[in-house]
Amino acid sequence: MNWDWSAVSDFMPDFWEGLLVTLQILVLGSLISFVLGLVWALLMRSPSRWVTWPVGAVTEFVRNTPLLVQLFFLYYVLPEWGLTFSALATGVFAIGLHYSTYTMQVYRAGIEAVPAGQWEAATALNLPLRRTWSAVILPQAVRRVVPALGNYVIAMLKDTPMLMAISVLEMLGHARLFSQEHFQFTEPLTVIGVAFIVISYLASLALRALERRLAH
Amino acid sequence: MTSGLWELVLKGVWVTIQLLVCSSLLAAAVSFVVGVARTHRLWIVRFLAGLYTEVFRGTSALVMIFWVFFVLPPAFGWQLVPLWAGTLALGLTYGAYGSEIVRGALNAVDPAQKEGGIALSFTPWQRMKLILLPQAVPEMIPPFSNLLIELLKGTALVSIMGMGDLAFSGNLVRLALQESAEIYTYILIVYFVIAFLLTRVMRGLEKKLKAGVGKKPADKTRAPEPVVVEAVR
Repeated sequence: MNWDWSAVSDFMPDFWEGLLVTLQILVLGSLISFVLGLVWALLMRSPSRWVTWPVGAVTEFVRNTPLLVQLFFLYYVLPEWGLTFSALATGVFAIGLHYSTYTMQVYRAGIEAVPAGQWEAATALNLPLRRTWSAVILPQAVRRVVPALGNYVIAMLKDTPMLMAISVLEMLGHARLFSQEHFQFTEPLTVIGVAFIVISYLASLALRALERRLAH
Repeated sequence: MTSGLWELVLKGVWVTIQLLVCSSLLAAAVSFVVGVARTHRLWIVRFLAGLYTEVFRGTSALVMIFWVFFVLPPAFGWQLVPLWAGTLALGLTYGAYGSEIVRGALNAVDPAQKEGGIALSFTPWQRMKLILLPQAVPEMIPPFSNLLIELLKGTALVSIMGMGDLAFSGNLVRLALQESAEIYTYILIVYFVIAFLLTRVMRGLEKKLKAGVGKKPADKTRAPEPVVVEAVR
C-alpha cells in the first residue's frame, strides 16, 4: 500500500469545491423534505379517502424504491416531457422528495403525540381550524420532532454521493474525476471517506446538543 | 419492448436478488457479532465494536463501494469478483446499522432476566443463547425489516460500478430504445414489488417468533416506522 501525500494536496482544491456542492445539496434537499413532508403529513389527516389513499400510496411507493432509480427517472424523463432542469436542481428535488416520505412519518408521530387536551382546549376557545394548527398543534409537534428530523439530515448527507450518477460534481464526483485524470484512486477516495465520517460525527454531536437544549 | 430486452431485465432482477441475499446474510452476521460485542464486559471489546459502528455508519454506502472496488485491489493485491465486492461493501455498511438494532434489543430485555441467569449460574454464553437472544430477537424483526428495505434500495448502487443489476439493465434498455419513462417505471415497480414481498415475509417471521415467546405481534394497522439513523449516544 503506497500513500502519496502530494496527491492529497493536489486533490484538496477539488475537495473544497465538492464539499461546497454537497453542503448545498444537503441544505436545499433538507428544506424541500421538511416542507413537503409536512404537506404529506397534513394531507394524510384529511377526512376524505380520495386524498389520503393516493397520497399514502405515492409516498409508500417513493419510500420503498431506490433513490438512484428515481434520480434516473427524473433526470431522463422530465426532459422528454419538456421540463428541463440542471442536473443539480433535479438531484436536489429528487433527494428532497425521497426524504419527504420519511419526514412525513416523523411529523405524523409528532402530531399524534400532542395531547388530546390541546385539541379540546382549542375547540373550547372556539379557535378556527387554521389557527388551531398554526398556533397550538404545529408549534408543539415540530418541537418534539426536531431531533428525529436531524437524523434524516445526517442520513441524507450519506445519500448525496448518488447525485454523481446524474453528473453532479459533488465530493464523490470530484474524487472520481480526479482519480481518472491522475490515475490515483486511493488518496481522493480515502479523503472523502474520512470527510464523510468526520462531518456526520460532528453533525450527530451538534444534534445531541440541540436535543438536550430542546428537552428543557 | 422486445423479448430480448425483457430477458435483460430478468437477468437484472436475478443479480439484484443474489446481491440482496448475500449482503443481507453478511449484514446479519456482522450485526449480531458487533451488536453482542457492544454489550461485552471488557471495555476494549465494547470500544472496538463501537468504533466499527461509528466508522461504517458514518461513511456513505456509495463511497464504501467505490473504496472496495478501487482502493482495496491495489492496496492489498487482490481483486474481488464484482458480486463479492458489492456484498462486502453493502454487508459491512448495513451491518453497522444492524448492530445498533441488536444492541438496542439486547439492552431492552428486562434486567431481571439476566440476573436470573446469573443466580442460576449460567455461563455468559448460556445466558446469551438461552435467555437474552430468544427474547430479544423477536423485537429486532420490525427494525430489521426496515433495514432490509434500505438494503434492497442500496443494492441499486452497484449499477454505478457497472454490475448488471436491475437498475443497470434499466439504463441499458433506455440506451437501446432511446426512451426512458416506460422502462424506469417498470424498474421502479419491480423494486416496489420485491420490497412489498420482503415486508410480508418479515411480518410472518415476526408473528412466528413472537408466538414462540408468548407475545403478540405489533399492531398491524400502524405503518412501519422508517429506519432511524440515530445520533451517537
